Amino acid sequence: MSFLDYAPAPESRSVVTIESSYGLFIDGEFGPGKATFKTINPADEQTLAEVALAGSEDVDRAVAAARRAFPAWSGLPGAERAKYLFRIARIIQERSRELAVLESLDNGKPIKESRDVDLPLVAAHFFYYAGWADKLEYAGFGPAPRPLGVAGQVIPWNFPLLMLAWKIAPALATGNTVVLKPAETTPLSALFFADVCRQAELPAGVVNIVTGAGDTGRYLVEHPDVNKVAFTGSTDVGRQIARAVAGTGKRLTLELGGKAANIVFDDAAIDQAVEGIVNGIFFNQGHVCCAGSRLLVQESIAEELLDSLKRRMATLRVGDPLDKNTDVGAINSAAQLARITELTEAGDAEGAERWSPPCELPGQGFWFAPTIFTGVTQAHRIAREEIFGPVLSVLTFRTPAEAIEKANNTPYGLSAGIWSEKGSRILAVADKLRAGVVWANTFNKFDPTSPFGGFKESGYGREGGRHGLEAYLV
Amino acid sequence: MSERLKVRKTYKLYIGGKFPRSESGRTDLVDGDNVARASRKDARDAVVAARKAQPGWAGATAYNRGQILYRAAEMLEARRAEFKHLGVSGEEVSASTDRLVWYAGWADKLAQVTGNANPVAGPFFNLSAPEPTGVVGVIAPPSLLGLVSVVAPAIVTGNTVVVISTGPQVAITLAETWATSDLPGGVVNILTGDPAEVAPWLASHDDVNALDLTAVADAALAADLEREAAGTLKRVLRPAGAEADFTTDPGLRPMTALLETKTVWHPKGF
Repeated sequence: MSFLDYAPAPESRSVVTIESSYGLFIDGEFGPGKATFKTINPADEQTLAEVALAGSEDVDRAVAAARRAFPAWSGLPGAERAKYLFRIARIIQERSRELAVLESLDNGKPIKESRDVDLPLVAAHFFYYAGWADKLEYAGFGPAPRPLGVAGQVIPWNFPLLMLAWKIAPALATGNTVVLKPAETTPLSALFFADVCRQAELPAGVVNIVTGAGDTGRYLVEHPDVNKVAFTGSTDVGRQIARAVAGTGKRLTLELGGKAANIVFDDAAIDQAVEGIVNGIFFNQGHVCCAGSRLLVQESIAEELLDSLKRRMATLRVGDPLDKNTDVGAINSAAQLARITELTEAGDAEGAERWSPPCELPGQGFWFAPTIFTGVTQAHRIAREEIFGPVLSVLTFRTPAEAIEKANNTPYGLSAGIWSEKGSRILAVADKLRAGVVWANTFNKFDPTSPFGGFKESGYGREGGRHGLEAYLV
Repeated sequence: MSERLKVRKTYKLYIGGKFPRSESGRTDLVDGDNVARASRKDARDAVVAARKAQPGWAGATAYNRGQILYRAAEMLEARRAEFKHLGVSGEEVSASTDRLVWYAGWADKLAQVTGNANPVAGPFFNLSAPEPTGVVGVIAPPSLLGLVSVVAPAIVTGNTVVVISTGPQVAITLAETWATSDLPGGVVNILTGDPAEVAPWLASHDDVNALDLTAVADAALAADLEREAAGTLKRVLRPAGAEADFTTDPGLRPMTALLETKTVWHPKGF
């Protein structure tokens, strides 16, 4: 160990107590499902807990509970609903260290991120929407906006508790009741959130959590007594849900995949751009739908930029998610690791050039070294398909028009990045990018007040901000 | 002296600013006129025209789009007699003209009503603003007021449209008003014919971004179209119910449903 290396700085695992098994949270009570499944720590493949698997009858019970709770919840004065949400936000703040450790254990993300990004944003999201509950008539969606009823919500594994907050906070603020299904590989923080609801004395049935895999999600989405479906996940599943919902009159919002271009012009501040590129693709192991997974760099600075990028990548610390120094944690599951491996092999096979810094990966668990591919063309699979891992595809351009054309040459349209010191260029390029979020001289910034969501096949509807209320109101 | 023989009008399609016949050569006899019956290939041509026109139309200033819609209202008002001859009441022409004027005024105001600055917790400029979704397929109601009420909200924000109409004479006469309003060719394209035949091609077309089914009365057709639209995750405006009422205040929804919200972040600092 040289004096430049970091000594291990593990966060304590003892701040969270994980039970050996968890039930479904329906009508304010935990109870069994039709079967069980295990959730593991992706960093060491050890089982964390056994979790109930919700069958169709269980989903029926959860939807019925949400339906029963709806009249009283939607009938509450907005100011009273707000106070429940403020309570939830406060409890999350008080329990944030425990929840951050739990999230890193179940998801594999670095504690630095769950502690400094996920949990603060979760609490802020509940605070933000709490304040809307008694101000809905001023939100710009008509003088007397009403809730829709029961919302069926299905969320992914990349930001388990944050995606829960994005779904549940606006739904409850507007007077809807919810049945939420967390991802099968990351069910624990949603079940801890159920406990937060009990602590807050939220009326039974207002929030119901059903754990399970794709079938459970399908029962929920297709349930005839659900009025609103909200889904975050893959574009393929989004398509299936849109098909299933067609003709039913259910309201639908979808937040799906992305293949964001991160465009670096020759006048960019290189060091800042390199930080932005690293944050754009290696944040959360690249398990981010809005990740800057295509680097478009102006040809004249490509060599200089890539040298800096490689130097910076060599300092990334990959390993134990609970170590406070860790930059890149574990890949969330064996299945996701297989997908990343398959797509990167396609990158090799199609002729792109792979580079990773020297980096020792742990023997157990699911890991993938930060990787960049150069010599990538627009036809390569690694330039077209969402990898959802720490893998960056590098393409070059000569003119702004070429950068815009390449950036928009994708069926996705979730996010994009622009790096330039010239204001007029930033604004002109931002105007022409077909993406729902454009980060200029920054990347992967999130805030409860800022709407998030995609153009084109990245889905429809917005989450966050005033715009995020619309999905839950009529 | 014998009475002068009338010069009749031929009702064709409206694609890319021109009035072509259906490539299929098919016509239907409607109220004594042979009107074009559009085909799959006409739909394809219309989508190409709409896509080609879209960036320029969206890139025009909002003021300019508003002026053009207002000009369309002037042209409609001037055709009062012709619409009357087609059986459209004077009241309906007035209401349609007024609706165009109403939408013309929204061109440079909607972004102020639906966009906003976001007070994020950090040193960032953060602004959300609406943008057009792109090319919109519209299954239009047969009435003049209905047609104006579905096309105007789509185009005022910078979308371009491919319309399928079951009221051919009214629709093509209205197209003539647009063709003389400085509306760039391809912003509005009108296909006359059978929605059940042509609409599925729009619903499944990869280069159509949204589908307006407001005026579709057949629930089974609407559901089929919505399922088809899911293939490319098109935005879908669902049917308004048995009898869509276009006489009431439309509100913002016909416009906002065809918009995307783009949020731009930039750091602040010295």
